[in-house]
Amino acid sequence: MKMKWTCIGAMALWLVGGAAMALAGDLDPFKGEAGAVKISGGTAHIPVMKAAADAVMRANPKIQISIAGGGSGVGIKQVGEGLVDIGNSGRKPTDEEVQKYGLVLHQWAIDGVAVVVHPQNPVKALTSAQLKEIYAGRLSHWKALGGPDKAINIYTRDEASGTREVFWEKALAKGEIGTKALFAASNGAMKTAVAQDPYAIGYVSVGHIDAGVAPVALDGVAPTLETVKAGTYKVSRGLYSSTKGAPQGLTRKFIDFIFSAQGREMIVQQGFIPVQ
Amino acid sequence: MPSERWMHGALAAAAFLSATAAVTIFIIMAALGWPILRDGHLLQVLTGPWLPLRHQYGIGAMILGTLWVAGLALGLAVPISLGCAAFIQTTGPRGLGGLLKHLVQLMTGIPTVVYGFVGIFLLVPLVRDVFGRGSGLSILAAGVMLGLLIAPTLILFFVEGLAAVPRAHRLAVSALGGTPVQQLVYVLLPQAWRAILAGLVLGFGRAVGDTMIALMIAGNSVAPPASILDPARTLTAHIALIVAADFDSPEFRTLFVCGLTLYALTSLGVVAMRRLATKHLEAP
Repeated sequence: MKMKWTCIGAMALWLVGGAAMALAGDLDPFKGEAGAVKISGGTAHIPVMKAAADAVMRANPKIQISIAGGGSGVGIKQVGEGLVDIGNSGRKPTDEEVQKYGLVLHQWAIDGVAVVVHPQNPVKALTSAQLKEIYAGRLSHWKALGGPDKAINIYTRDEASGTREVFWEKALAKGEIGTKALFAASNGAMKTAVAQDPYAIGYVSVGHIDAGVAPVALDGVAPTLETVKAGTYKVSRGLYSSTKGAPQGLTRKFIDFIFSAQGREMIVQQGFIPVQ
Repeated sequence: MPSERWMHGALAAAAFLSATAAVTIFIIMAALGWPILRDGHLLQVLTGPWLPLRHQYGIGAMILGTLWVAGLALGLAVPISLGCAAFIQTTGPRGLGGLLKHLVQLMTGIPTVVYGFVGIFLLVPLVRDVFGRGSGLSILAAGVMLGLLIAPTLILFFVEGLAAVPRAHRLAVSALGGTPVQQLVYVLLPQAWRAILAGLVLGFGRAVGDTMIALMIAGNSVAPPASILDPARTLTAHIALIVAADFDSPEFRTLFVCGLTLYALTSLGVVAMRRLATKHLEAP
């Protein structure tokens, strides 16, 4: 009996909360709309996509927005093949891809890619040269960097990852990644892995950093929103949402919502830098 | 009777469909992987290292990874499953046996990804702390979890196999004054050999073909594993990781070779076990 009233009370609060969000003007274009939007691709985009989708779906329950991961490669491929309406990627689709699929790009944020270690790890700053040596497998013990006497466990991302692409190009200067590196399948998985392993080193999108992992300063520059925005932290990339041809209908409204004031707020909240 | 013939026809069609599906999958994989097979690079692909930046697309390390992980899983699961099945069916008290059987039936329903998830948060840190080296993401962790995954299915198969032995044989052993253990070793196991083998084949297929656990727990590194604590990448996890690559790239084409290798491994395993079965039955 009590359980029933607790559930009803919770639902009422949820509806009221939803209604409060619906009062915001940016969601007006969705009034009276119905349909589905399918989104997939980069895992760094997911928090923002989810926040936006939540707001839209609460304002208008007739709209269904589904968000999948898979990595930047998957996003570009799926939107190009017409399997999804919006394909997210953490790297700019190549000219080849744009031409092959007829993609229209929408960049809505800049994101940094930060090197992270376990919070208990005393090593909190590295130079680019050291990072290259670590990832190539040549520098293999934390002791050499002033840390505990344990081997460094390198974590990297799978081949379809835009985060990996940016990290490899800009932080490693296209250096090699050792064969002993462990693979995580998404930003979330990478974060979990590093948070669980005291001797790990990995890289995640700056927006994904929370109390579970500690960011590492690269060449003296800490990876924060300010340094990414100012350009002093060089390992950054644009977050793109691509559509096949110009976006239509509900898809276009969703993309416009991401660029709106409320969308920008969500982007900032998740730790990215909004871009017009 | 026409309905009888119709039924025969429908069942034959179902059998034909399943066989055709298996053969078609093989043909499609062979056809799509043909460019690599034709160019004579097969040996290089099967044994070389995976270094896409240097245009080397060898899956040798992945084959090793699959064999290590599946081997460990089977090595752990089969003895335990046999023991558990024997306990449920013969040597254990009736009530406890029934309870265990229900528990095992429940375990078969748990999705693979749940095992993977539990593995990441409980087993991986344990392996890391107990052995003091590596990250815990290793063949050992993946093998243990995979063994846990396939054990319930194996147990149920073995239980069914042991239960199918005619009651008369068991009574005969009791009449001769045999203990439950002697009944098990001298009558039940040899008689249930066929069912046990079927269970083994199923377990082998599942261990070699499992993706989620290997993907989440084995570490997925491209270096060939040298010890049980090293991370490894299985053929299935490799397919899962690469499948997002561009359709026309050579990386993608090696996926079909991966698929064919898995197909070949499972077929070899089945044939080998069938051979074992007939050999055993021929022995005096």
